[in-house]
Amino acid sequence: MADTVIVDARGLSCPQPVLETKKALEKLSGGRVEVLVDTVTSRENVARFGGSRGWKVEKEEREDGFCVVLAK
Amino acid sequence: MKGFNNLLMSRFGPAITGGVVGALAALLVYFGNPGNMGICVACFTRDIAGALGLHRAGVVQYLRPEIPGFILGSFLAAFLAKEYRPRSGSSPIVRFFLGFFAMIGALIFLGCPWRAYARLAGGDWNALAGIGGLIVGIGIGIVFLWRGFSLGKADKSPKWAGAVMPLAALALLALLFLRPLFGPEGTGPVFFSASGPGAAVAPVAIALGAGLLIGWMAQKSRFCTVGAIRDLIMVKDPHLFNGVAAFLVAAFAVNYLLGQFKPGFESQPVAHVNQMWNFLGMVLSGLAFTLAGGCPGRQVIMSGEGDGDSAIFVLGMLVGAGFAHNFSLASSPAGVTAYGMTATAIGMVFCLAVGFLFRIKMD
Repeated sequence: MADTVIVDARGLSCPQPVLETKKALEKLSGGRVEVLVDTVTSRENVARFGGSRGWKVEKEEREDGFCVVLAK
Repeated sequence: MKGFNNLLMSRFGPAITGGVVGALAALLVYFGNPGNMGICVACFTRDIAGALGLHRAGVVQYLRPEIPGFILGSFLAAFLAKEYRPRSGSSPIVRFFLGFFAMIGALIFLGCPWRAYARLAGGDWNALAGIGGLIVGIGIGIVFLWRGFSLGKADKSPKWAGAVMPLAALALLALLFLRPLFGPEGTGPVFFSASGPGAAVAPVAIALGAGLLIGWMAQKSRFCTVGAIRDLIMVKDPHLFNGVAAFLVAAFAVNYLLGQFKPGFESQPVAHVNQMWNFLGMVLSGLAFTLAGGCPGRQVIMSGEGDGDSAIFVLGMLVGAGFAHNFSLASSPAGVTAYGMTATAIGMVFCLAVGFLFRIKMD
């Protein structure tokens, strides 16, 4: 898991969680990215964005919100 | 119910919500709301400000039940789905003034984005200048977002913090039903227009029912008329834009069937023909909405699900509406005022300063 990139987008308003995810994904050709968010809205927005860019999407519930795991 | 909720949360959600909001916007005009103003978040917030005596423009004072309906519908939807999550702390005072100036811009044009689309769907071509301004305002906001603009992170708030707006919504409904009169000279403290747009009202049960339904649906689907254009431009995502398209189609269809579609520029209800200021007013609004993260409808909906920063934005709109009329900033069918033009310029300076100065560094 050493090469997992973590994006902490908790507490950010729309559309910043998606923009931070976009920035992270653009630096990578593959691997695993974990995006931390704290609202269902952000979780769905990030998941939809990741999926549209060809990443495999999994959503996990965390104590402090959600984690969207993107893998390619 | 579960199937309906799942549908609203699917990729069809914004389009279904937009269709329902558009149809209801046209129907509420039929039931008595002002022309092309079946639903307008800015105008209705302004009417509420007037009803509460925050301004004394006698023709636009009414406790519109649609707005508390949005808040309560959203609250119920979020609470029952365990999505109710009180949060705040992302530059609240800046958001207050973004709401304030968003309202000033909206009252220069005479409508929020929802009403801009409703006006277009009713044949009011003046709305085109406003929608053009809205797109430009959102575009300016996008430039700031690309540069890393952020009002900072919100934090979790105590559980009851998010209950304040739903309770305030209940209080507004109580004032609407009780109509207390204990002000000086036997009028007020709640005012109701005897003529003008504030006296054009749909029956309370229909208006409140529509508000609750829209609040519920918009909470589930995240319907947002500013996010629609923003996401389309920024990440080529038409998800929310489908909602705006459906709004326009549904509102036009219902207007047409009810004989409410009256194309033209002149003599449109609660509208003026100064296209430059229709445009500039909405540039200001579009920028303020984009910096705050969503259209006024979305801000009201989020305030119902516990977002304290959105609640502050909505209160900024309420106070902005008071100032807009007390300081003669708001336009009227007669046109734009010199004070309104000055206030638009001041608002632009404020929003541009916020856009340039607010950034956070992500690790």
